[in-house]
Amino acid sequence: MDKKMKKQLIKIIIALILFLSSLLLSFKSEFINNILFIIAYIIAGYNVVFKAIKNITRGKIFDENFLMTIATIGAFGIGEFPEAVAVMLFYQIGELFQSYAVDKSRKSIASLMDIRPDYANVYRNGEIKKVDPNEVNLEEIILIKPGEKIPLDGVVIEGESLLNTLALTGEAMPRHIKPGAEVLSGCINNDGTLKVKVTKEFGQSTVSKILDLVENASSRKSKSENFISKFAKYYTPIVVIIAVILATIPPLIIEGATFSDWVYRALAFLVVSCPCALVISIPLSFFGGIGAASKIGVLVKGSNYLEALASTETIVCDKTGTLTEGEFKVQKINAIGYSNEDLLKYAAYAENYSNHPISLSLKDAYSNEINEKLVTGTKEISGKGIIAKVDGKEVLVGNEKLMKENNIDFQKSNEMGTIIYVAISDKFAGVIMIADRIKEDAYQAIKLFKENHVKKIVMLTGDKESISKEVANALKLDEYHAELLPQDKVEWTQKLINEKSEKGKLVFVGDGINDAPVLALSDIGVAMGALGSDAAIEAADVVIMTDEPSKVASAIKISKKTMQIARQNIVFAITVKVAVLILSAIGIATMWAAVFADVGVSVLAILNALRILNIKNN
Amino acid sequence: MKTYKFKIKGLDCANCANELERSLQKIDVISNVSISFMMQRLTFECMEENEEAALEIIKKVIRKEEPDAYIEE
Repeated sequence: MDKKMKKQLIKIIIALILFLSSLLLSFKSEFINNILFIIAYIIAGYNVVFKAIKNITRGKIFDENFLMTIATIGAFGIGEFPEAVAVMLFYQIGELFQSYAVDKSRKSIASLMDIRPDYANVYRNGEIKKVDPNEVNLEEIILIKPGEKIPLDGVVIEGESLLNTLALTGEAMPRHIKPGAEVLSGCINNDGTLKVKVTKEFGQSTVSKILDLVENASSRKSKSENFISKFAKYYTPIVVIIAVILATIPPLIIEGATFSDWVYRALAFLVVSCPCALVISIPLSFFGGIGAASKIGVLVKGSNYLEALASTETIVCDKTGTLTEGEFKVQKINAIGYSNEDLLKYAAYAENYSNHPISLSLKDAYSNEINEKLVTGTKEISGKGIIAKVDGKEVLVGNEKLMKENNIDFQKSNEMGTIIYVAISDKFAGVIMIADRIKEDAYQAIKLFKENHVKKIVMLTGDKESISKEVANALKLDEYHAELLPQDKVEWTQKLINEKSEKGKLVFVGDGINDAPVLALSDIGVAMGALGSDAAIEAADVVIMTDEPSKVASAIKISKKTMQIARQNIVFAITVKVAVLILSAIGIATMWAAVFADVGVSVLAILNALRILNIKNN
Repeated sequence: MKTYKFKIKGLDCANCANELERSLQKIDVISNVSISFMMQRLTFECMEENEEAALEIIKKVIRKEEPDAYIEE
């Protein structure tokens, strides 16, 4: 609570004590009671009355301060002192609660996004200087001590450490980095001291981009927000006009009707005419939803996208890098006459001097130190493979052609992926299969998509039919289309958009590389593994910082929860308000009921909206 | 066209923010005006050469409609 709110709270408490003592003790003298009521009213409401007067001079009559002033002064006028005080008092309690809730959720989002570095330690003229990250230039060397935030993007030139990327990705696992590694601003340096060469100015660095994105998100308003703001625009004037009619016409035309009775009913109208609680609860919900999503490393670029995600009907996925790892790994080894480990060892040794992707996968799988003295006479045969002497034996590692050319009697393999044949001392020694692998998380993602009522999951890929079919079957996708050129992907996406229902949305999930036309065409474009990829952050509507497709499902879930809460608030608040209006028009509801309905609705709608901040990751 | 962002403080309530947004939308030289009550942020688009004039008009409208609110620069 800030100072202003504390002051307000104290005023409310004093007024409440005066109000209750007058109400409960009911002094014998009517005069003393009324004096107490008036003092309580002044303490609680003088600023509202002042504001109302100021606003009238500016011609703003449907302002809430004015409405409350009229309602309360009107109540005094017809001798309903307790009602007058109660209306003002509870109105102020509602307002205070509202600013408290808004303040609290602003702060909780701010702490969520507490990734802005305050300073950078930069080497200048042989000294370390602490400066604003904005003042650091490209190519300068900065020092990052344990526990500090990385202030700017750069490359490590000295030191090793574990990086905590939790605030950026929602990922608890720290990342190990060493010289040559790229580091991103916003991560926290866990244990080692790092020297980093700056590669991006602060305004262009990851942390600035992310903050900018999140801060702008609430500027793109959702349909629900626009609806409620339009509703408020008409609601208040209509209610006020009806109130004026109620106070004047019935007493004139209905026999026996008194002005004071009908004015009382009209005043109850004014009490419920303020739309503010309703108006705040909707953006508050979306704000919370966007916050809950950023907490798990999903950045939604606008409330409109968060709203649209709830109606996801079709999900179109890219294959490589989205559903699969996107890197080639040894999947299977079938050795003949050797152990699988030995076969891999010979292959890795033979490939030692090559930088071909296949060599890298083999060395990666072998993972032990390679004794380079044992490798001699490496010969790379373009398009076929490698021949080398390993520990005195001639080793052939390559494709079918290499085997045929050297007259090796080998067994052809029908496995999927890339097959590496190995021969040792002129004898066939077995095969190693290298392939891209489906992400563990992809299975989970597809399951969650189905649970969230996604009707169709489609994979579009440029890869070969046979491999795509295998991936689609393993993941139980509804459709897949393989061997597509980029323009084919656009065509298929358009076709899928035409096939879906009017209200349903099409979500495209890709790694953001070469996807720009499809990202633009789809209702919601999601870029994955976006940490460090500017192009992806730029092009997409929703950005997933990690490479887990299941985060798309989590985002859909958060979106649905947000929409559910927003809808509850709209329906609940409008129903209660209309009910109270009808009941007070026919004289059943008192002004007390109107006050409680109004403030109660505010408090409940706001509490309901705050629930979103507590959505759990899974 | 360039997008401008300003921090706007002192707005009492969400409805006041909406009303102010509607008034600002009527200003000719700026477009896509949006006030986010939650982020306390005013965004609008405007031609670069009109920036100063636009800001003057915006401030005038704010002084008239919501005297408690102000733009923080």
